[in-house]
Amino acid sequence: MHELAISQGIVESVCEAVPEGKVLAVTIEIGALSGVVSDSVRFCFDACARGTRLEGARLDVVDVPGLGRCGSCRREMAMAELVGRCACGNPFLEVLRGRELRIRSVEVT
Amino acid sequence: MCATCGCSGSPGEASTLLLLHDHGHPHEHGHAHDHAHGEAHGHVHAPHGHAHEHGEAHGHTHDEAPPSTHARTVQLEQEILGKNRLIAERNRGWLQGRNVFAVNLMSSPGSGKTTLLERTVRHLGKSVAIAVIEGDQETRLDAERIRSTGARVVQINTGTGCHLDAEMLRHALLELTPAIGSLLFVENVGNLVCPALFDLGEGARAVLASTTEGEDKPLKYPHMFRAADVILLNKVDLLPHLHFDVDRFIAHVRLVNPSANVLSVSATTGEGLEAWYRWLTARDVSARADR
Repeated sequence: MHELAISQGIVESVCEAVPEGKVLAVTIEIGALSGVVSDSVRFCFDACARGTRLEGARLDVVDVPGLGRCGSCRREMAMAELVGRCACGNPFLEVLRGRELRIRSVEVT
Repeated sequence: MCATCGCSGSPGEASTLLLLHDHGHPHEHGHAHDHAHGEAHGHVHAPHGHAHEHGEAHGHTHDEAPPSTHARTVQLEQEILGKNRLIAERNRGWLQGRNVFAVNLMSSPGSGKTTLLERTVRHLGKSVAIAVIEGDQETRLDAERIRSTGARVVQINTGTGCHLDAEMLRHALLELTPAIGSLLFVENVGNLVCPALFDLGEGARAVLASTTEGEDKPLKYPHMFRAADVILLNKVDLLPHLHFDVDRFIAHVRLVNPSANVLSVSATTGEGLEAWYRWLTARDVSARADR
């Protein structure tokens, strides 16, 4: 259940980066290939935010789709999961995008 | 609780660190977990304009409203695991500066990590100094097993935590102070999911799977197998009694990690371990895994 760890990381990072004010909303990016499930982070976030300046804050999750490149023919293609196969037959794709685990911005008063 | 990990119980609860000395009684240290704070890189935007519905009467002047009541957006653009990554890079520099080759050993529970380490220490311990950091939720049973081989060992108990993080390793390194030029094994908590996400600052990642698990483990846990520099298939001595297709397992590994060394071994009988010892001695990370 590393999504709990991720949620805790969000709350602590925001508290440090924004030392004052009530946090109304947090926008994060979660890549489709990051190994982290957005719904689970949402589920954990409220509990982690309780008792902090993030309590009651809205969590906006931007899902970043996976993008891979074939190591053989160099074609780029969408990747829904880490295990992918290129149309040319090469079974291994380099990940170009989709591993994001980022806090983009926060809305504070 | 570690800064990136909410899974080790209530805030303030500490993981524990035990250095096992030769005379047998471990010294216990609280794990303060005072993570270094990364700088906030964000820049603060000016307060945004006050939005009004069309036709709404403008009943107050903006100049009079205290600025603190206005919502403003702060751009952070910060890695959620950035703090762990920062500490991991410090650990990596610390280890490289002392020419210590640190191997993060990961697997599901019961794959044979501790047995592999016991045998490895007994075999290589004569020619190179070896130290071990043992990660488990509870007990120092594994550390006791390793200590009996003669290696220096620190046990980290993570409580309810499901993985080691870079800060835990940092504390363990300070406690253990591995010798210059030594080999350091970090036996992670038995788990094929969470440890894959947490860089410790290790020099290489070794993932162990065993023939009593399924051939499809690499496909079910691609993050773990993709990030491995070397993959050991353990318990091959049991193959005559099992329906386990080694070629099929290796084919599955190749789908998620084409470059990792794959070694078939038995930590119990010693079969195939020469290749593992050669890999450790050569410190071969040329087949750098995709992290």
